[in-house]
Amino acid sequence: MHNNKYLQEEIIRISGVNPSKCMRCGKCSATCPAYDEMEYHPHQFVNMVESGDIEPLLNSESLYKCLSCFACIDRCPRGVQPAKVVEAVRLTAIRKKGANRMTADAVPAMVDEDTPQQLLVSAFRKYTK
Amino acid sequence: MKVSYFPGCTLKNKAKDLDLYAYKSAEALGVTLEEIENWQCCGGVFTTANDEVATKLSSIRALKYAGDKEQPLITVCSACHNVIKQTNYEMQTNSQFADKVNRYMANDGTYNGETQVYHYLEMLRDLVGFDTLKEKVVNTLKGKKIAAYYGCLLLRPNSVMRMDDPENPTIMEDFIRALGADAVVYAKRNECCGGYISVESPESAKRNSNAIIENAKANGAEMIITACPLCKYNLVKNGADIPVVYFTELLAEALGVKEDTNA
Amino acid sequence: MQRVGVFVCWCGTNIAGTVDVVAVAEALKSEPGVVFSANYQYMCSQAGQDMIKEAIKEHKLTGIVVCSCSPRMHEATFRKTAAAAGLNPYMVEIANIREQCSWVHKDMLTGTEKAIILGKAAIAKVNLNAPLTPGESPVTKRALVIGGGIAGIQTALDIADAGFPVDIVEKKPTIGGKMAQLDKTFPTLDCAACILTPKMVDVAQHDKIRIFSYSEVTEVNGFVGNFDVTIKKNARYVKEDVCTGCGACVEKCPMKRIPNEFNLGMDNRPAIYIPFAQAVPKVATIDPNACNMLKNGKCGVCSKVCAAGAIDYTQKDEYINEKYGAIVVATGFNPISMDKFDEYAYNQSKDVITSLEFERLTNAAGPSAGKLLRPSDGKHPHTIVFVQCVGSRCESCAEKGKEYCSKICCMYTAKHAMLTRDKYPDTEVYVFYIDVRTPGKNFDEFYRRAVEEYGVKYVKGMVGKVVPEGDKLKVQASDLIANKQLHIDADLVVLAAAIEPDKSARPLATMLTASMDTNDFFTEAHPKLRPVESPTAGVFLSGACQGPKDIPETVSQAGAAASKVIGLLAKDKLTGNPCVANSNELMCNGCSSCANVCPYGAITYEDKEFRMPDRTTKVRRVAVVNPAVCQGCGACTVTCPSGAMDLKGFANLQIMAEVDAICK
Repeated sequence: MHNNKYLQEEIIRISGVNPSKCMRCGKCSATCPAYDEMEYHPHQFVNMVESGDIEPLLNSESLYKCLSCFACIDRCPRGVQPAKVVEAVRLTAIRKKGANRMTADAVPAMVDEDTPQQLLVSAFRKYTK
Repeated sequence: MKVSYFPGCTLKNKAKDLDLYAYKSAEALGVTLEEIENWQCCGGVFTTANDEVATKLSSIRALKYAGDKEQPLITVCSACHNVIKQTNYEMQTNSQFADKVNRYMANDGTYNGETQVYHYLEMLRDLVGFDTLKEKVVNTLKGKKIAAYYGCLLLRPNSVMRMDDPENPTIMEDFIRALGADAVVYAKRNECCGGYISVESPESAKRNSNAIIENAKANGAEMIITACPLCKYNLVKNGADIPVVYFTELLAEALGVKEDTNA
Repeated sequence: MQRVGVFVCWCGTNIAGTVDVVAVAEALKSEPGVVFSANYQYMCSQAGQDMIKEAIKEHKLTGIVVCSCSPRMHEATFRKTAAAAGLNPYMVEIANIREQCSWVHKDMLTGTEKAIILGKAAIAKVNLNAPLTPGESPVTKRALVIGGGIAGIQTALDIADAGFPVDIVEKKPTIGGKMAQLDKTFPTLDCAACILTPKMVDVAQHDKIRIFSYSEVTEVNGFVGNFDVTIKKNARYVKEDVCTGCGACVEKCPMKRIPNEFNLGMDNRPAIYIPFAQAVPKVATIDPNACNMLKNGKCGVCSKVCAAGAIDYTQKDEYINEKYGAIVVATGFNPISMDKFDEYAYNQSKDVITSLEFERLTNAAGPSAGKLLRPSDGKHPHTIVFVQCVGSRCESCAEKGKEYCSKICCMYTAKHAMLTRDKYPDTEVYVFYIDVRTPGKNFDEFYRRAVEEYGVKYVKGMVGKVVPEGDKLKVQASDLIANKQLHIDADLVVLAAAIEPDKSARPLATMLTASMDTNDFFTEAHPKLRPVESPTAGVFLSGACQGPKDIPETVSQAGAAASKVIGLLAKDKLTGNPCVANSNELMCNGCSSCANVCPYGAITYEDKEFRMPDRTTKVRRVAVVNPAVCQGCGACTVTCPSGAMDLKGFANLQIMAEVDAICK
């Protein structure tokens, strides 16, 4: 397992989360509505950041599956805030040059006549820098 | 009572109903919504990263605008509410962040989270009062079985939103009852519809939305109300076979100002 | 001038690791009054104590300073050493260079510097010490036990068997507590009632034990050996000494739909009730909030059917004053409310229950007569999900749960799961756990039996959400070992709710001036060495009021508390603490400030004649301290505006000398 100290510190700094507070109960993953879409689940994000094993997360599609619904944040018995870890890893990925997940060109294909502006705004904020 | 009002992007476009009925109902309840001048989109989602400032400035400008007028800031859209309340909380509790922000906005004076942010529902509960609302109902919705759909953004994170018990909320149910209807309580009312994931994986949003609709129906719901345009979009698009309407529309109907608007 | 000896302890490497003990001993040698200074590996050892004794004799020491651990640890030891060598024990001062010095410093230089300063302060103080002689007070040979659960019952029986009278105060209409509600007990599976009820009968029949049921303690005054307690006996509207417990009134009462607390509201009881068949005292009680006769004077059925004539609608609350030598707190625990955990839908479905409710559901005397039936529709559940640690081990403690492990849940859940599989083999049983904690005799073996012999499915992970839909409970959980999210359609969900101290404990602690931790558990005098004593002299702890405990542990602690009480009551006189307040009557202006802050009521006033400079006399009101009641807390000394009040052994002059020595 690779231990990337620099990335680990970076993610802890951006998220403000202390992953060592996790007691391995798995309630975050138990409550996650996007669990089945994810290769790495919320508890794994926390545990892998704790051990510095960041690259697999950075390269995983799981980053874009989190709904930011904060269920894991509210239900975590230890106050770990897994969603903030996912967000920090996602930002680390898309802040790199050319790493935007979505482009404006792709928008017309995504929308229908009822698509609320809120949807596009949110998606852009989540997927691009 | 005069309050500052932040409508948000969708309320001026795809969710005009939410906005219009909010105005009409407020008027009927003796509240004047004063729209913030030159408001900018809140961004739709709150960035939890500690190191982002620019994405939060539009919320702070709105907050400061209301603060300068010494008015509470009212939002209707769940997303705007979530973003603005979380940003305000960060201004109150993270002095480093507040300092950075105030340097950005040096020309406009400082802001440190003084403005009180209310969701329209909170305004009804805490400023107007559900009892007062009850008295103003003209068209009672008696006998209607209505399920409140909170979604995720209204309630969470609870440490910041402080709107209601995040696992057993009652504010929307109390609202429904104030209008004379029966509130349907169901467990999925505070689970996520899929949100913005519907651009990336519509199947995922569909699965989440379906489960919510099924759970509401299994508990006897004939109608679902929501405060969020994206929730409404996801629920409607993913096969809701019962009406999904904005809570303000229901409110306007009960207060007898809905026809007015259509005319 | 005193002749002071200084003794610096290494405490192995505990002190010597970060404090240069030789340098400390050397530096303190030249302090005023010091005539002897030494260091040694373990001052508290026999050899160390002998060294002190010899030095006292050889150097004619009039005071000693021991630089060692906290005075809470060994002050008493060194006082005894001094006394054995003929020195007044109050001429001993401890400089704590361990807990507040060597343990908190990493650097030898700073550690040493601080140790020297602390030593100098202690020397400055001992130079002003005067020999003190403690007074004596008599002991009231009667004990009070607050709480009548298994902890209180066992403590009371043990004290009474030693020949001392005991009163039990229980706020419920019967003793028995939580254990009376249980079905079977782990790990032996003997029936709780079968082992508890004989003890309850023993209590009832013991000639040394009085039971005040449906009663509470409302006031406590006095001090160890001499507590003065007020007990409020709530009106139960039934004459206890007349009622035969026949139950005719219970049968005939027309108000039958009152939620039955004993069955946790899962069935109903009448307005007049006896909590359960083996209740002690077996006496009916009228619920004043439910009784029509008491509320609006209409009914009176119970009075008509009572052959003994025991019903008394005019009964009033009664206050009883009694003196006790010792008080045992045995106020027990309750499961926490599940309101904040509605992701598990406790408030939405009757079929989501707590483990204590499950106990009642499987108990032969429970609402379903021991048949495991769903509360919603009375059907037999085929899939049961147990969720452990609901509200335990929560970091966000203030908002949702408790930070501690509730300790008993792992074992009772294993018991519930095993018994379910034993009685209903067609039932699927899942247990979701974070850790399975089984540190007790035969505990782990018990848990493994549940898995290996009874086929209980233990899943490492938590439940995240329970969604009631139709007649199913859709359980969404994680299986961390398989790295999967599980979706189970359950018929019954059982929540192992965290336990918390009874709500009556906090006000009681205030009355007793006994300390509590942030979770409202009573604090013990020493977590290892004095586990059943409160730091407040004469107050003892029994059972879950001190921390989560199972029955075997509770019974052991109850016995231990009893033996401490017996040890106290066996004495005819108690040696007091001579470090008490005293008032300089020449400076006192009788303002009452000190009496107002005294938590022990030790200060009174008297009018005294004073001779004035012009040879006239004047009568002034001055404070007088009762040294037998004063506990030496010092509140009066800091309150006194004229500086008249002082504390022996901790005089203002002595404290200032310490401060001066530190600041020099």
